[in-house]
Amino acid sequence: MLRFPFPVSRFPIFTRKTFSRGVHPDENKSTAGSPIRRMPFASRMILPLAQHIGKPAVPLVRAGEEVVRGQPIARANGFLSVPIHAPADGVVESIELKPSARGPWVESIVIRVYEASTQEIRWADPRDLDALSPKELLQAIQDTGMVGLGGAAFPSHAKMTVPGEFAIHTLIVNGCECEPYLTCDHKLMREHPDDLMTGIRIAMLAIGARRAIIGVEDNKPDAAAAMRARLPADGAISVEVVPTKYPQGAEKMLIKALLGLEVPPGKLPMHVGVVVNNVGTLTQLGQILPAGQGLTERVVTVTGPGINKPGDYWVPIGTPMRTVLDWAGARDVSEREIILGGPMMGQAVASLEVPVTKAVSGILVFDRNHIEAPTQRKAYPCIKCGECVNSCPMGLNPSMLGMLAARREYDLMGSDYHIGECFECGCCTYVCPAHIPLVQQFKVAKAILRERAAAKAPAHESGERFDFGAPPTHGRKPSVHPE
Amino acid sequence: MTQPLRLELRTAPHVAKGNSVERIMFHVVLALLPICAFAVWQYGLSALALIITVTATCLLTERLFNRLSGTASTLSDWSATITGLLLALTLPPSFPLWMGVVAGFAAIALGKALFGGIGYNVFNPALVGRAFVQAAFPVAITTWVPAYFPSRFSEFIPTTLTMPLMTPPDIGAWVKGHMVDGFTGATPLARWKFENQVAEFGDMLSGVAAASVGETSALIVLVCGLYLAVRRFLDWRIPVAILGSAVLVALLFHLLEPGRYPPPYFVLLSGGLVLGAVFMATDMATSPVTPLGVWIYGILIGVTTVMIRYFGGLTEGIMYAILLGNALTPLIDQVTQPRVFGAGKGKKA
Repeated sequence: MLRFPFPVSRFPIFTRKTFSRGVHPDENKSTAGSPIRRMPFASRMILPLAQHIGKPAVPLVRAGEEVVRGQPIARANGFLSVPIHAPADGVVESIELKPSARGPWVESIVIRVYEASTQEIRWADPRDLDALSPKELLQAIQDTGMVGLGGAAFPSHAKMTVPGEFAIHTLIVNGCECEPYLTCDHKLMREHPDDLMTGIRIAMLAIGARRAIIGVEDNKPDAAAAMRARLPADGAISVEVVPTKYPQGAEKMLIKALLGLEVPPGKLPMHVGVVVNNVGTLTQLGQILPAGQGLTERVVTVTGPGINKPGDYWVPIGTPMRTVLDWAGARDVSEREIILGGPMMGQAVASLEVPVTKAVSGILVFDRNHIEAPTQRKAYPCIKCGECVNSCPMGLNPSMLGMLAARREYDLMGSDYHIGECFECGCCTYVCPAHIPLVQQFKVAKAILRERAAAKAPAHESGERFDFGAPPTHGRKPSVHPE
Repeated sequence: MTQPLRLELRTAPHVAKGNSVERIMFHVVLALLPICAFAVWQYGLSALALIITVTATCLLTERLFNRLSGTASTLSDWSATITGLLLALTLPPSFPLWMGVVAGFAAIALGKALFGGIGYNVFNPALVGRAFVQAAFPVAITTWVPAYFPSRFSEFIPTTLTMPLMTPPDIGAWVKGHMVDGFTGATPLARWKFENQVAEFGDMLSGVAAASVGETSALIVLVCGLYLAVRRFLDWRIPVAILGSAVLVALLFHLLEPGRYPPPYFVLLSGGLVLGAVFMATDMATSPVTPLGVWIYGILIGVTTVMIRYFGGLTEGIMYAILLGNALTPLIDQVTQPRVFGAGKGKKA
């Protein structure tokens, strides 16, 4: 690549290694400097059977049964499903309905953890990677219970299963972490580059790609340097630095930034010969797959103005929110907003009993004085400033879509204004000076359009496109979720 | 923890850029103040009284319609203030105050409130007000007085204090008595159109020619507009498209027939072109939102302005050009939808 005497990455027009439009929210990545720390076991773990997109897992244990850390406690129910593993030694207390992040109560396995539970994983089945056929490899990936850890929670083996009509030339490894506040991927890249390389090798084998590009934003130079120092000598894996911009971690945006390819509307990255995986996913896959272990913990960024000890923690999956917040020192205020994920796309939770699941990349706490959600401000009529049009990474016209949504013209939104392409990144609402809840209206519109399409189509067809057996709220297309 | 825990439940995004309608409008008001101050410096008490009267009328009218529609006051969004200031800047300094009240009422009532208030108006309210009084009071709106007349801070221009519903007195004699060197009583555009005289570049930049309150100094308007554009409260593409296309068209005509058509700088700096391009055509509610649409809209206004000036019956064309652009905005938006990501270039997605 040409080298310029000045930092060209500051000027995307010169490097072109980015996508059009998007926004630059305050990064607030104050936790980036410190190392990842370990969080102790909670006394009680809650493991929802549906932590992933697809069919909920099927319990393998019964109330009263003892489990050890790493033991599968629920099996995958079909192809689009993954098993769940016990995060700690203990005894199954019950299998019952518990509150979930999105609100509804869902079937969950509750484990009472033994006080002396060890951090050691005692249930493992080490594998020789070289001896596995591609099919066995995909099975091994499914057995780890791995899902997209960037927030989409799409089963990893399903994402790496390439139908015969596609030939994959490139694996893109998503290390953008474009959401403000979050630093968990940053630290995994910096602290575990060897595991990441192993994970990338596994993914390349599974999808049949000959090269892999790790895309990382230029606000994480230490992570890029750490990975470059560990690149294999054969040159199949490279690190590309892209300008920091939200939502660069969305699959379609990152493919455009790194390869200049645009995934056509309604299609998957496979249509342009690319599979995208998150760095967190591949790093942990590189750790647990050769060891034959299951996914029992993940890195979670716990931060925000309402947290005394912000940082990134290895959190056992199933740890209730209350335990995490107590450990990280949540400020003792009576009013706050707790968000799972990043501030742009995260989900506010209604209960402290909600557990950390595989999809939770961050826990943000805004205390009363720091809640800055645009929806709490007075909404004006659209003044047609065009800021949303200039920020929408998908090239939509949110101003027009918002006016149609207010008139409930959902069919027109779908047919003429491409609402189906919206992946709910929230840029439009973020920039709107009139504080119109645009993306919120779009989520409603998309849900209604999905329902209408399902009602119209014969039952056997309606299930194919969107509904992988997950609740309707999970039906958003996993292909473009920013990670 | 003795207090019960209250969890806020909001949908993403949970952060905002921190921009707001009030903030945008407030900065536009700030940017208009230097122009108003310069106008008062040029025309004295009469300009000050006119600006205050028109703005107050706009605010009162806005409040009145709030009452009638039973909604909370919308004065705090500053948009009615902008309408008032802009409208005052487009009127001649000698404009009778009672006619200013009519203009202000028409601007808000016909231009904004009838459409449903901020964001819903089709036309720029200030220009609706101006068009209304141009039709209603054709003489008063073309009566000009010299800038910098010596007694401007101690006396009103005689027409300013005309009794309501009365025709303003003829001020030909008064103007003669307060003559400033070089003043002709006609705007540079009228002098070019009817006498084929082209004003000096320097005079036009600094504002000694006869003109409306805020139209005299293109330089100040441009500087204030630059401030708004840099702070991103104004879409820079609109003034660039209008001024650029107007200059290009003027240059073309000037090259074809130098004796008949004035040089481009004259077209750029005369009349309300700069004020209109920077502050009126950029009104967000009445200009397109799509990137391509913004350019089309700007070029349309620029070209139309020059065409009206050269071939129309009026000396000035910017007002009707912008109103035409406003009227076409919904159509322009409709046909210039942005290209959806991934859709084939050039083809309809």
